[in-house]
Amino acid sequence: MERREWIGLFGRTAPAALRVAAAPLGKMRDPAWLRRPETGSVMVRGRAGGTGAAFNLGEVTATRCALRDGDLEGHAVVQGRDADHATLAAWLDLLLQGPRAAEVRRTVLIPLAQAEAARRDARARKAEATRVDFETMARGED
Amino acid sequence: MQPAFADHPTDSAVAFRAIMEAMARPGTLRTVAAAAPDGLSPAAAAVLLVLADPTTPVWTSSAQDWLVFHTGAPVARTRAEAAFAVGTWDDLAPLAGWAIGTPDYPDRSTTLIVEVPTLEGPGARLTGPGIASEARLPLPDPPALAANAALYPLGVDLILTCGARLAALPRSTHIHLEDA
Repeated sequence: MERREWIGLFGRTAPAALRVAAAPLGKMRDPAWLRRPETGSVMVRGRAGGTGAAFNLGEVTATRCALRDGDLEGHAVVQGRDADHATLAAWLDLLLQGPRAAEVRRTVLIPLAQAEAARRDARARKAEATRVDFETMARGED
Repeated sequence: MQPAFADHPTDSAVAFRAIMEAMARPGTLRTVAAAAPDGLSPAAAAVLLVLADPTTPVWTSSAQDWLVFHTGAPVARTRAEAAFAVGTWDDLAPLAGWAIGTPDYPDRSTTLIVEVPTLEGPGARLTGPGIASEARLPLPDPPALAANAALYPLGVDLILTCGARLAALPRSTHIHLEDA
């Protein structure tokens, strides 16, 4: 999993779920801030049918922060206004670039990725079960 | 990457006030400071953090990543498009390339943030708006700056920075060369 993927994953994960997943890593230090957590809104863009022209779907409240530890930097943008969520996500991003990467990958990243995949799969199945296929009878025009 | 203000709301308000006071009273010294990246003084860093934003292209040869990360300001590609420029006098001279505004919009000019070796000691005699009788400030190149002041109401404004201190030299200030 690449860095941009895990930053996105931490941002989408519910704060409580992220805290539970990261609990085995122990308590994080007070960070050296590059940018303290700040909440704002970002415009989410979409494409009709996934392929049409881009349009503005709506605004999402997001919180971002950046911190550093030694030579490493951790960045996070998370959904919602939970500053602790953003801080934890930034710490995890930082740890995934450092010597504890394998441990964090095993205890946090892979379980969260699997949980998200399962969530998406379940929703896709539920939607698929309600799919209606329209069929047109021959209308005898020819 | 280096951090910026430790306490952003308070520090930026204090720094803004100091810059405004310095510009209103040319030749006086104010102290401002922010955590500065390599290549910028604390005062120059504070000025950029307070004044630069995504609408103000900044001409700089150092700390570009830091500037973009903390302020969102674009890096100016040419001198003419820069709203702010930061560097030593040797980096920024001559003054010819910078935007000096237009008669209709004299505010569309570049503000130069000049890193100088000292703000103390003997200097050029200054008079004009905001100065009760006279002020003295060591200037990098008094004749060039006097020529800039002669363009008034056009011309560039200067903020001189040294360590954590700054002084301002707006285009409205008269520079007396005869006893510089």
